[in-house]
Amino acid sequence: MNLHGVRAIYRFEMARTGRTLMQSVLSPVLSTSLYFVVFGSAIGSRMTSLEGVSYAAFLVPGLVMLSLLMQSVSNASFGIYFPKFVGTIYEVHSAPLSYIEVLMGYVGAAATKATVVGLIILGTARLFVDYSIAHPGVMIVFLVLTTVTFSLFGFIIGIWADNFEKLQVVPLMVITPLTFLGGSFYPIHVLPPFWQKVTLFNPVVYLISGFRWSFYGIADVNVGISVAATLGFLILCLAGVWWIFRTGWRLKA
Amino acid sequence: MQTDSRSRAVSTDRVIEVRGLDKTYAGGFQALKGIDLTVYRGEIFALLGPNGAGKTTLISIVCGIVNPGRGSVTVDGHDIIREWRRTRSIIGLVPQELTTDAFESVWNTVRFSRGLFGKPPDDAYLEQLLKDLSLWDKRNNKVMTLSGGMKRRVMIAKALSHQPSVLFLDEPSAGVDVELRRDMWAMVRRLRSSGVTVLLTTHYIEEAEDMADRVGVINKGELIVVEEKTALMQKLGKKQLRLQLHEPVGALPETLSAYRLELNSQGDELTYTYDSQGDRTGITGLLRDLAAAGIAFKDLSTRQDSLEQIFVDLVRQGA
Repeated sequence: MNLHGVRAIYRFEMARTGRTLMQSVLSPVLSTSLYFVVFGSAIGSRMTSLEGVSYAAFLVPGLVMLSLLMQSVSNASFGIYFPKFVGTIYEVHSAPLSYIEVLMGYVGAAATKATVVGLIILGTARLFVDYSIAHPGVMIVFLVLTTVTFSLFGFIIGIWADNFEKLQVVPLMVITPLTFLGGSFYPIHVLPPFWQKVTLFNPVVYLISGFRWSFYGIADVNVGISVAATLGFLILCLAGVWWIFRTGWRLKA
Repeated sequence: MQTDSRSRAVSTDRVIEVRGLDKTYAGGFQALKGIDLTVYRGEIFALLGPNGAGKTTLISIVCGIVNPGRGSVTVDGHDIIREWRRTRSIIGLVPQELTTDAFESVWNTVRFSRGLFGKPPDDAYLEQLLKDLSLWDKRNNKVMTLSGGMKRRVMIAKALSHQPSVLFLDEPSAGVDVELRRDMWAMVRRLRSSGVTVLLTTHYIEEAEDMADRVGVINKGELIVVEEKTALMQKLGKKQLRLQLHEPVGALPETLSAYRLELNSQGDELTYTYDSQGDRTGITGLLRDLAAAGIAFKDLSTRQDSLEQIFVDLVRQGA
């Protein structure tokens, strides 16, 4: 095991966060704070509570999950895309690093960054909303599972992308709509029956539902199903990464 | 087709062995055709070839950057596929392109490279390395602020950061000024004397002439010849002397026939082809005989065939 190599990639990626603190940390914290101010305080104060939880508090897990997904995908996709773009990926290819080790470095760093941002947003939410966490252990499991899974997904996007536009397409055109329509701002039972069924095809529903359950004990779908769906997506992403490394798709000539 | 001169004085310990290596890219382009090559420990081996000849593909396969086709490659006795971790850990690569981590400092990027290759931090070694490459004063500068020559030095530092025993230099002179080139070659000689095997690719025959122990010529994916440098230079060392005549001449006198001169269609330029590596070039005799024949010239120049032209000749001759 080349642990020095894993550490080198991890530290290198984490150092990039330090250089881009404004974009990496402050920007997501600011935008999420705006959600709390607009939807939580301004509009939420006029809304009734949802299953005994104030609307502002109801938003917290959804908004944290939105940040986790966006940060995981963005960090991981950019992390592997940038060395491909500037050509420094040759060094990773020629180093005595297994694919698992490469993955541990890049995905580990992306997941760490996303987790840190998620926790900062959680802390920031305290400034606006009084919320509680009923199952902190489960909350941490969901948080880590989500960041790792979506960092793997971002890693795949970073390898697939051959320009900056493609790098942005999935987070903006896929992740954001799925998160907004996945119960971040409402419980899915408020939808008409047909759309409730359609929504169940959205994988993000299970993440948000499970995550919200860890806070307030309320969920759109059974928490066991949420965990299984998240693990299923994790396995799917692992299989995708395994195939990419085995074939060298978009990595090696 | 390869001929390999073995009248060598240096080590016979084989470090790189390539056998029957083919490479065809996804688009159908065959970059390498049955390459057989042996590089010995502690030598400087120059791989010459025009653009697209297959030099970079060959190096990239040995380093693990490009997947090989048929054939086998071993480095220090280890197969690059089955024992990739061992082979990669002893190879350093300076690629042709200036691909650097623009936003990182020199120190951090070199440290990163050492870690990537599985070596624990050794700041004393890296400090000495940067000093040897005149980069120590720039260690805290971002790579993007450096000149092209300095960036090339950074890439060399990165390649040497894990103390490799085999170093690949892919077109190291591309875009490099004279001073850096001299420094680089001095460093390569120091590395060689410390036991490092160096394989360099280049367009420049002078570079190979100056540095290499042995030379390989690759063209269109085929290794045409592998020779000791001096033997190859004699083969490739043909030069031409051109004389601009004071007055046009209709024909050359019989006394000059031994020189096999070429007279242009206007009759005002003579071309004499000679072997620059030979004991006698024949130039002194030619000038004397021209004077004796009453043929005066107003200007003269010499020209050496470009390497590409020499390759074409080699291929044509089936060498």
